[in-house]
Amino acid sequence: MAETAKMQVSDEVAISIQNMNKWYGTFHVLRDIDLTVHRGERIVICGPSGSGKSTLIRCINALEEHQKGKIEVDGTILSSDLKNIDKIRSEVGMCFQHFNLFPHLTILENCTLAPIWVRKTPKKEAEETAMHFLKKVKIPEQADKYPGQLSGGQQQRVAIARSLCMRPRIMLFDEPTSALDPEMIKEVLDTMIELAEEGMTMLCVTHEMGFARQVANRVIFMDEGQIVEQNEPEAFFNNPQSPRTQLFLSQILGH
Amino acid sequence: MSDTHSHSASFVRETSLPPMAPPATERGIIKWGRENLFATPANAVLTVAALYVIYLVLSGTLPWIFGGLWTTASLAECREILDGRSGACFSVLTDRWQQLIFGFQYPDDGYWRPTLAFLIMLVAIAPVLFFDLPRKMLIITALFPFAAYWLIWGGTIMTPLFALIGCVVGYVVYSKLVARNFALGFFGGVAAAIVTWTIGGAIVGAINPTNTLLEAVPSRYMGGFMLNLMLGVTCVSLSVPIGIALALGRQSSMPLIKWMSVIFIEFIRGVPLITLLFVANVMLAYFFPPGSGVDLFLRVVIMITMFSSAYIAEVIRGGLAALPKGQYEAADSLGLDYPQAMRLIILPQALKISIPGIVNIAVGLFKDTTLVSVISMFDLVGMIRGPILASTDWNGVYWELFGFAALLFFVVCYGISQYSQWLERRLATDHR
Repeated sequence: MAETAKMQVSDEVAISIQNMNKWYGTFHVLRDIDLTVHRGERIVICGPSGSGKSTLIRCINALEEHQKGKIEVDGTILSSDLKNIDKIRSEVGMCFQHFNLFPHLTILENCTLAPIWVRKTPKKEAEETAMHFLKKVKIPEQADKYPGQLSGGQQQRVAIARSLCMRPRIMLFDEPTSALDPEMIKEVLDTMIELAEEGMTMLCVTHEMGFARQVANRVIFMDEGQIVEQNEPEAFFNNPQSPRTQLFLSQILGH
Repeated sequence: MSDTHSHSASFVRETSLPPMAPPATERGIIKWGRENLFATPANAVLTVAALYVIYLVLSGTLPWIFGGLWTTASLAECREILDGRSGACFSVLTDRWQQLIFGFQYPDDGYWRPTLAFLIMLVAIAPVLFFDLPRKMLIITALFPFAAYWLIWGGTIMTPLFALIGCVVGYVVYSKLVARNFALGFFGGVAAAIVTWTIGGAIVGAINPTNTLLEAVPSRYMGGFMLNLMLGVTCVSLSVPIGIALALGRQSSMPLIKWMSVIFIEFIRGVPLITLLFVANVMLAYFFPPGSGVDLFLRVVIMITMFSSAYIAEVIRGGLAALPKGQYEAADSLGLDYPQAMRLIILPQALKISIPGIVNIAVGLFKDTTLVSVISMFDLVGMIRGPILASTDWNGVYWELFGFAALLFFVVCYGISQYSQWLERRLATDHR
């Protein structure tokens, strides 16, 4: 599995983060982050809460502003220029812990909204694309319902489909299964695994270590706003180097 | 076989029993009465007492209402016919009907004009209120203000025509420029509209047609319930969009816009409406170029709109604050720009939450239009207190007139309230 996954990674750089720092007021949340993500690479980011992992991926599509350093996504440098930010956001899909579907729109409208307004896709074409991706996440029959009528797992799969409708080149997942019942975690992870097997570039903040073993090319461990350790999953889980990583792994894998 | 059955201990039912009605005490109105009116002895006592109070009220009012007279020419004549009997002099309503509705100065032969404008208004408002109606009807809504202005105020048709052209030019310029930059489009559109209006105003002023299709009626001739409706409709429809803009402005990350909105809202909310109306009546003239003679109606509209838009802004701010932050983030993460995110995601949800509050303010605003009677405008209350009660014919008729005013306002306000409840049910899609 790991071998085939590695072969899909190209040399092309999708995201390059150099010496990035971020502060909340005087609190230094992200410290000297350096990270290069190649096209087709699947990265799992883990770490204790408050370690800055969510903040890191939220910086990539400018939901959070960084104060120092350089972030380059798909060849576009993130600056305060709104045009650049909107361009990057339309290329980068994001799934949230709490799904954040639009409750006043149907599932289909949730999926077609951004393609119609941002990409200026004709309505009919956008609806066809939306149905295609809803089939892919296995809930085409819910298209005319409202998000409030769906289960958590279904809502998260809609959120994934909604992002995919923009045909993103990179997908960010911010703890996509943390708000779900154990039974629903699997259906969401299966969707994500399928996506990974198609070669999507993914950055995923998650504590699902089984998922990390199965699909990640690289696992990154963060603590106190820094990248403490990164390695291929086998080596990361079987032979962690830093004592902080060893402690973390012993705690989450211990029971 | 049946014999063996009848003698044995086992039992088989061969015919089904017909259904029976429940006992008389357990059904229909008797059951309801037992449960709700006479459940306990104390309850029964209260019911009887309440019935007695209702009897007292109705025995006083019903003969008064049904024994009322509708055709006398003056209060004296009415009292003479009643001859001490209890009865209302509703004839003040029939005698002064047109004054109550249109005011006492609007030309008699022009009553059809505001009436027609009112009927068109019903058609124009319909697609805004009921969004299942065909969207093409919005064209009527867009043209209505200009048509209504021409119908009610009369004068040359060129004035509303140039106003309309100015709006169209402004919109065209806006839609051309907005692709590049929203602010550029907005200010470009406003500038283009103002230029058109200036040119149009100069042309109208130069031609100055005296012989017009509809006789010009100055604003001070407007009165009666018509004036309340005109002020109410204009101010509500202006203050909702301005309120939205102020609410968004107050949340803006741009300090200038934010502080302008905050200062406007806090200042207006801290001043009584009646004060603002006196300002409109007396002082606002100082703020306009000398000799421009900005119409009193317009000045009052500006003041009431400012007042209610500040309140509506605060209500909408509450709606915006109630939305989870995730909605903003989801809209951002999909690449929607600020106007799109607001229009498609944030405002539809925030406004839905704000409906009860907005309607509350709209109802209050509509009733507050009667305050213009204190700055000597003859709206419904102004007409009653002034020309009608001051006349020798009808001096002393209070219940009938103010009851009628209350009824008119109640019908409109209750209608608004019922509509808002329907709207809330219609928009309930979140299945919470």
